[in-house]
Amino acid sequence: MIQISSKKVRILVAKPGLDGHDRGARVVARGLRDAGFEVIYTGLHQTPEQVAETALQEDVDVVGLSILSGAHMTLVPRIKKMLADNGMNDVLMVVGGIIPEEDAEELIKCGNADKVFNPGEPLETITGYIKSKF
Amino acid sequence: MDKDKLDRIAEKKKRWQEEAATARERSEPFMTVSGRPVGALYTPLDNADLDYEKDLGFPGSYPYTRGVQDNMYRGRVWTMRQFSGFGDAYDSNNRYRYLLEQGQTGLSVAFDMPTIMGYDSDSERSLGEVGRCGVAIDSLEDMEILFDQIPLDRVTTSMTINGPAAILWCMYLANAEKQGVSLDKVGGTIQNDILKEYIAQKSWIFPPEPSMRLITDIFSFAADHVPRWNTISISGYHIREAGSTAAQELAFTLADGFAYVEAGIQAGLNVDRFAPRLSFFFNAHIDFFEEICKYRAARRIWARRMKEKYGATDERSLKMRFHTQTAGCSLTAQEPENNIVRTALEALSAVLGGTQSLHTNSMDEVLALPSEKAVKIALRTQQVIAYESGAANTIDPLAGSYFVEALTDQLEAEAEAYFRRIDELGGVLPAIDQGFFQQEIADAAYDYQRAVDREDLVVVGVNRYNTSEKVQIDLLKIDPAVEEKQVRRLKKLKESRDNDAVARSLAALKKSAAGSDNLIPKIMDAVRVYATEGEIVAALKEIFGEYREKPLF
Repeated sequence: MIQISSKKVRILVAKPGLDGHDRGARVVARGLRDAGFEVIYTGLHQTPEQVAETALQEDVDVVGLSILSGAHMTLVPRIKKMLADNGMNDVLMVVGGIIPEEDAEELIKCGNADKVFNPGEPLETITGYIKSKF
Repeated sequence: MDKDKLDRIAEKKKRWQEEAATARERSEPFMTVSGRPVGALYTPLDNADLDYEKDLGFPGSYPYTRGVQDNMYRGRVWTMRQFSGFGDAYDSNNRYRYLLEQGQTGLSVAFDMPTIMGYDSDSERSLGEVGRCGVAIDSLEDMEILFDQIPLDRVTTSMTINGPAAILWCMYLANAEKQGVSLDKVGGTIQNDILKEYIAQKSWIFPPEPSMRLITDIFSFAADHVPRWNTISISGYHIREAGSTAAQELAFTLADGFAYVEAGIQAGLNVDRFAPRLSFFFNAHIDFFEEICKYRAARRIWARRMKEKYGATDERSLKMRFHTQTAGCSLTAQEPENNIVRTALEALSAVLGGTQSLHTNSMDEVLALPSEKAVKIALRTQQVIAYESGAANTIDPLAGSYFVEALTDQLEAEAEAYFRRIDELGGVLPAIDQGFFQQEIADAAYDYQRAVDREDLVVVGVNRYNTSEKVQIDLLKIDPAVEEKQVRRLKKLKESRDNDAVARSLAALKKSAAGSDNLIPKIMDAVRVYATEGEIVAALKEIFGEYREKPLF
């Protein structure tokens, strides 16, 4: 079991934007749960406000965003800002989906994401990365 | 084959098995991409019950296992139909005209997410999504631009649209009228398959009941006015992309198909009045033989049930016609050029399985929308299969293969087993409500990922022969200015159109939605006066409400 002191690491897996491709989000959510994390999945078609609100209410340590619609450069910074406005600056931001490399670099450089995973990453790479941060 | 002969083969097979068992085998499990175990050798023993006339027959004849046309590709090769759309209507119109010049024979429109979800480009929900993964269409004006200089009486168009299918279809028809093309000359397809949205693709708007009503309204309107239109494309593609197995794709798609047939019959339509215009859409995944067998089994199941259970007598109602797209989910971001090879194999399976039309994915689609060069290679792949490989010379060339016939039978039996389970749950809609399909697919997707992670399934360049080279490939970029431009044009339209006429048309639509009239003429009236998609959807939401899913994983 993955724990910070006495508390399990809590992860919000979120699907912001309008695309309905939830295969990746659901496989990753289940992989994280099987690896011992506490996982909350938002379901589809979430607005940035809804994602930030759920992150706050669920008091999560990690927000994982799955975006396959090409709207990542709009959505990720908005969610990051709303999290910061909610006082959740230290949440680990992880993004997956169809994110071209230069976009991934920019998201990380501007501090909007801590890590971007590409298609084809083994589940162990993702769970291993998050474990290494706690 | 007589029993003595089969007994002798069984005896010899046993001896062969004993000898083969002493040889070393590779360590990976021998299974399809769906996790189905595959035997080392198939023989007449596996086809002992196969009855040629009953189970296979001849092309163009019941049960159509060998194909729906008498002469298949010897008459005309399949329609090469590349799915495409991006940016605004001007950008996509350019791409369509390019594809037609390159020898493509039909169009297939990809809409952006706001259009698919029923939002206008100026909606708060559309921010960052306009023109990103398809073309942005808000009103009839955009549709006019999209098909500028493309004659709608000569080119057929497929539109991947579901929740708001009726609206986009009406825009297409209204545009045809403006081009001077009468509706009985217009041909094409709308996807219009809401059941698989709830099951897999997850782009829904309204709840199931009003959604099914819109669909049967379309069936009825098309039967009267647009006889060449395929009113629905019952889709396994997205079910497979969401992670299902081949057998689940087959079973769930056909179950959806039968649910639409039942809905049409319940709406008072004669089955032979609308069933001839039902079409299907399947995935072509990487497991070559399993896919070919899936198409063959699909035709046979459809024909049998339509005849035996639903009493269809028009043979067009019994013939399953389908479009195929190669599997996006089989493509890899690593070494994307390898995707050309994957796509070629998948396309060949669709052709050997007797598809009526085909989209081949571009090698870069796992990274972005396809570049012009990548699309051209994808189209050329089809042309090489059609005109160089010899695959289109003879009909259903793999029939009679012990393996192919055994696997076709097995897939049919698995689909029948799923139909029984769905019946036990009360039918397709109750099964959706109970999350049955969603959970089956989620489980299969997870099993697949675990199999890849364990290397039970090999993905070249990903979990084997991984060189971690940086991808060097030119990607199509969507200019963020597209969104601003589209929003500006929409604003101008809203200022210049007859807003009283728009308000009147929307009020009339709501009134009909609350009653039981066919809604298509009302939607036609609204699009003709340039009511936007978002306005029409919003009006219908007031009456119909919205669908919500219980999130599960």
